[in-house]
Amino acid sequence: MTRSTTIWRTAGLLTAAGLALAACGTTGGDGGNGDGGDGGDGGGDCAGVLAYVGPLTGPAANLGINIVNGSKLALEQFQEANPDCEVTIEEFDTQGDPAQASPLVSEIVGNDDIIGVIGPTFSGETAATGPVFAEAGLVTVSPSATNPDLALNGWDTFHRIIGNDDTQAPAVATYLTGIDAQSVFVIDDASEYGAGLGAGVVEALGDLVVGTETIQVGDTDFGPAVTAVNASGAEAIYFAGYYAEAGLLVSQLRSGGYDGLFMSGDGTLDPGFVEAAGAAADGSVLTCPCAPADDEFAAAYEESAGQAPGTYSTEGYDAANILLQGIVDGNLDRASLLEWVNNYDADGVTKHIQFDETGEVAEVVVYAYPVESGEILLGEPIE
Amino acid sequence: MQFQYVLDNFVSLFVGGLVFGAVYALVALGYTMVYGVLQLINFAHSEVFMFGTFATVWALWLIGADTSTMGVALVLSLAFAMVVSMVTSGGVALLLERVAYRPLLKRGAPRLVALISAIGASFVLSEAMGLRGAIASALGLESVLGRYVARSRENLGLPTDRTFTVQFEIFGYGVTNRDIIIVVAAVLMMVLADQFIRRTRTGRGIRAVAQDPETSSLMGVNSTRVIQITFLIGGLLAGAAATLYMLQVGATRYNAGFILGVKAFTAAVLGGIGNLRGALLGGFVLGIAESLGAGLFGGEWRSVVAFVLLVLILLFRPTGLLGESLGKARA
Amino acid sequence: MSGTTTAGAPRAPRRGALLDGVRARLRKTPRWAQFLFMTALALLCYLLPLLELPIISTPGTDFGGVLFTVAVYVLVAVGLNIVVGYAGLLDLGYVGFYAIGAYTVGVLTSQHATWPWLLSLPVALGVTMLSGVLLGWPTLRVRGDYLAIVTLGFGEIVRLTLINTEWLGAAPGISSIPAPPSLPLIELPHLDWSTGVPLVDFSDTTTFIQFTVTDPVPFYWLALTLVILVLLADKRIKNSRVGRSWEATREDEDAAELMGVPTFRFKLLAFALGAFVGGIAGSLFATRQTFINPESFTLLISILFLSAVVLGGQGNRWGAVIGAIVVAYLPERFRGFEQWRVLVFGIALMLLAIYRPQGLLPPRRTIRAQQMRETEESLETADPTLVGRVATEDGDVGRDAQEKGEDRG
Repeated sequence: MTRSTTIWRTAGLLTAAGLALAACGTTGGDGGNGDGGDGGDGGGDCAGVLAYVGPLTGPAANLGINIVNGSKLALEQFQEANPDCEVTIEEFDTQGDPAQASPLVSEIVGNDDIIGVIGPTFSGETAATGPVFAEAGLVTVSPSATNPDLALNGWDTFHRIIGNDDTQAPAVATYLTGIDAQSVFVIDDASEYGAGLGAGVVEALGDLVVGTETIQVGDTDFGPAVTAVNASGAEAIYFAGYYAEAGLLVSQLRSGGYDGLFMSGDGTLDPGFVEAAGAAADGSVLTCPCAPADDEFAAAYEESAGQAPGTYSTEGYDAANILLQGIVDGNLDRASLLEWVNNYDADGVTKHIQFDETGEVAEVVVYAYPVESGEILLGEPIE
Repeated sequence: MQFQYVLDNFVSLFVGGLVFGAVYALVALGYTMVYGVLQLINFAHSEVFMFGTFATVWALWLIGADTSTMGVALVLSLAFAMVVSMVTSGGVALLLERVAYRPLLKRGAPRLVALISAIGASFVLSEAMGLRGAIASALGLESVLGRYVARSRENLGLPTDRTFTVQFEIFGYGVTNRDIIIVVAAVLMMVLADQFIRRTRTGRGIRAVAQDPETSSLMGVNSTRVIQITFLIGGLLAGAAATLYMLQVGATRYNAGFILGVKAFTAAVLGGIGNLRGALLGGFVLGIAESLGAGLFGGEWRSVVAFVLLVLILLFRPTGLLGESLGKARA
Repeated sequence: MSGTTTAGAPRAPRRGALLDGVRARLRKTPRWAQFLFMTALALLCYLLPLLELPIISTPGTDFGGVLFTVAVYVLVAVGLNIVVGYAGLLDLGYVGFYAIGAYTVGVLTSQHATWPWLLSLPVALGVTMLSGVLLGWPTLRVRGDYLAIVTLGFGEIVRLTLINTEWLGAAPGISSIPAPPSLPLIELPHLDWSTGVPLVDFSDTTTFIQFTVTDPVPFYWLALTLVILVLLADKRIKNSRVGRSWEATREDEDAAELMGVPTFRFKLLAFALGAFVGGIAGSLFATRQTFINPESFTLLISILFLSAVVLGGQGNRWGAVIGAIVVAYLPERFRGFEQWRVLVFGIALMLLAIYRPQGLLPPRRTIRAQQMRETEESLETADPTLVGRVATEDGDVGRDAQEKGEDRG
C-alpha cells in the first residue's frame, strides 16, 4: 500500500505544479527581456552584448584563445575610449565541434541582448550554424573560417575578414615561381582547410608539382611522406595543414635527409610550429593572408593577454573592432548592426576591410613569413 | 595504386615501418601483459606512454641538453632521458593499478567496468597533462615551474639535435644511427622482458596468475604483487618506447598517446593478445603494413590499411598470428 | 581479507539506494499505476524544454538543444545496449553505424539527390542494418575482446573513408540537409524563471510542430517520440524468445549452442538491430544539424556511447537511458567548469566504476546474482545479520517468476 501512496504523492505533486503554472502570470509581449532593439533602452544609447563562438578548450583551443585575446584587447581599448558604453563579450566554447556549436548558437540566437558575433572559428562549425544566424539576422564576422564555399550559401549575415583558401594558393605559386623553384611537392592533411588549400596550390602551380601526399590530422609518424618526398627529388614542399602536424613533419623531413625549402600556410603560422620542430623549422617560409602584428599591437596584446600574439590574434582584434565601432555609431539592434557591417569600409590592423555581397573581405594581401633561428619573423607581402 | 613507386622505394618504406613498428611493439607489450594476467584492456596504457614522452623532454631540459650537445654527451643524455622516462612511466603505471584497478578487482567488478574505469583514468591522465599550466597556476607554482607548464596544450619538441648520420646503405636507402638505435633498443628490451617472464621466479608467478589466478593464489603466489609487477614492467617498456618515439617523431603533446595506444593495442591483438612474442611480431607487422600501405594507396589510407589487415588476419587466425598465451597457453 | 568482505557486504545495498528503491517500488505497484506513472513521466519529458526548470536547465547553452543531444544519446545507448548488454558483444565502433545513418540521409537529401528527409529515413535505416550484417557476418566469429578491436577498427575505417572520399563530401562534409515536414498548429510559450517565479514568456515561443533551424525543441520532440517507440520495441524483443536467446548466448555461448540456440544468427540479429537504432539516431542528428562532417564521428564518441551503456548498467534499458543522460547532459550542464570539464568527466567515470561497478541501474538479474553471491559469502562467514535477508531475497525471486508468467500470458 505504501508504494501506491508514493505514486499518488508524485502525481499530486505534478498536478500541483501544473496548477501553479496555470496560475502564474505572464511576462507579456515586450516586458522582461523585451525583444530586439528595445532591450538596450535602459543602458543609454551605447550598449550591447557580443558573442564569441569557437573553441576555448579541447585540441584546437589555442586558435580560439588567440582570437578571444585579440577581441578582449579591442574591447579594453574600446572601454577606455568610451567609458559610457556597456559592452561585453560573452564566450561560447564549442571545442571546435559542430555538434556542440548547434545548441550554443540556438542559445545565442534566442538571447535578444546579443547583437553581433565574433566567429565561428572553424569552417565546420560555420557551415553547421550559418543557416541559424542567417535566419535570425544576427551578424557574424569570422576571423578564421577559410573554406571558399561558405560564402556561396547566400547567408547575408556571414562575413570573414580573412582571405579564403582560394586567395592564398595563387600567392603561393607567385612566391615559388619568384624564387625559381623547379619542382614542388604538395602535402595536405585531409582536413577541410588543408585539402582545400592543398588542391588550390596544386592547381596554381601546374606543372611544377612533382608529387602529392595526404596525411591525417593527429598522425605523428610521417615516414611514408618523407620517403615520397625524397623519391620525388623535389626542391620545395608546400604543406597545407595545421602547425601541430607541420612541426612534426618538418622535423621528420629534416632528419630524413630532405634539405630543400619547407613552406606552409596560415594554419602553421603559430609559435607552436617552431616549438615542436626546433632547429628543423629554420629556413621555412609560411604564407598567410594576414598582416603581421606591428610592434605597437604586439606590445599592447602582450600586456593584455600575457603572451605574444599568435595566429588569428589580429583578425580577432579587427573582428571585434568592426562590431564595437558599429555599437558606438548607434547600431544597437541586430538589423542595424548587420547593415553597419555590410557597409563597413575602414582600415583594420590586418588590412583595409570592406565586404562584398557574399561576405568576403574585398582586399586580400598574402604575406610570406620567414622562420629564422627559432623565430617567425615579420612577413613581407607577396607580389 | 602505385606499385612501381612501392617497388622503387621498398627498402625506405620497409625500414621506416620497421622502426615505427618497434615503438608499437614496445607499447603493445604493456597491453598484452596486463591482458594476459587480468584479461582486461588497459585503456590508460597510452597515457602511461605519453607521460614517458614528456619525461624524456623534461629530463633533457633538466640537464641542459640542446642542439649543441653532440657525440658521447648526446648519447649519455639520451640514455639518462630514457631512464627518467622509464621510471616515470613505471610510476604512472603503478599509480594507475593502485587507483583505477585494484579497488575494482577487490569488489569483483565485471570486466567491462574495469574498461570504463581505465577510460576514465585515460581522460584524467591526458587532461592533467594538458591542464598542467592551469593546475600549476591554481597551486601558485606557475613561476617556479616556468616553461615546464607553459603552453600545456601545445607540442613539446625534443630539444636535442635531430639530424642523424647515415651509417650504411641498403639498396640506395641510407640507414641512420637512429634507425639502428630504435630497432636494437626495442628488440633488446623485449628479449629482456621475455627472459624475465620465462626464467625468473617472479616471471613464473606472472605466468601462474595468467593461467589460473585462483589456483596460483592457493599455491602461495601473491597475486596483488604479481599484478603490480606486470603493470610496472609494462610501464617501464612504455617509458623506453616513449624515448625512442621522441627520437623518431620529434615532439609530443598531451593527447599523443591516444592514437598510438589504439595502434599498439591493434598490434597486440594482431600478434595474439597475451603473447609477448606475438606483440613483437604484431608491432613489426603493423608498422611495416602501414608504411607499405601508405606508399601503395596514399598516406590518407594508412590507418585503414592497418585495420583492414587486422580484420583479415583475425578472420583466418581468430586468436592472432601467434595465438594467445602468456608464456604458456591459457585455458 | 574476510574482514573487508563482511564490512563491505552490508554496505553494498545502500549504494545508490535511491535508484534501487524507486525501481523496487515501481515494480510492486499495480500495472495501471505503472502505466499512469510512465505516461506522466513521458509528458513531463515532452514539456521539459518549455518548462526550462531552473536547476536542471543548462546555463550558457540552449536547453532544448541539449535535450535533443541527450535524446540522441539515449537512442544510441538503447541501441548499443542491445549489442553490449543483451548479446554481450563488446562494440567499440558503434559510431560507425551512427555515421552511416547520418551520411545516408546526407547523401540522399542533399549531396547527390534531393529526397525529403522522411523518404530517406527508411533507406538510411536499411543501409545501416545492412552494414551491421555485413560487419557482423565475418567478424562475429571472433570472440570477446577481439571483437572489440575489430569493431573499433570498423569505426575508424568508416570515419577515414568519409574523410578521404570526395563523393561523400570528404572533410568539408555535407550541408543543407533538409528538416522533416512541418505541421504548424499552435504556438507554445516557454517559461521564464529569470525573476525567480515562473512567468509565461509569450515572446519566446515554440511552434508545434514546425522544424526550423533556429528552434531545436520540435526536433527534441521527434527524437523523444522515437526514443519511446524504440523503448517499447526493445521491451517486446527483450521479453521474447530472441531476448532469452541473447541472454543464453551472452552467459555461455557453447552451452547455448548445445541447447539448440543458433547463437551466430542471434548475435547477427543483435548487431543488425543495434545498427538499426544507431541509424535512427544518426538520421536525427543529420536533420537537426543540417550539416555533417566526419569530425562528429570519432572514436572518442564511440567510447562515450559505450561509457553510457556500462555506466547505466549494461543489460537494462533504463540503465542505458540514465547512462546516456549522465554522459550527454552533465558536461553541458556544468559548462562552468570550462577547461576542467573533461578532467571532471574522467574522474566521474572512475568514481562511478569503482563505487557503482554494476552500473547506476543494473538489470534485475545482475542484482540477484550479486545478492546471491553476497549471501553465499555471508553464509560461509556465518554472519547472522545477513542470513535473515536470504528469506526476503527468495520471496523476491518468486515474485519475479510470477511476473514473467504474467508477461507470457
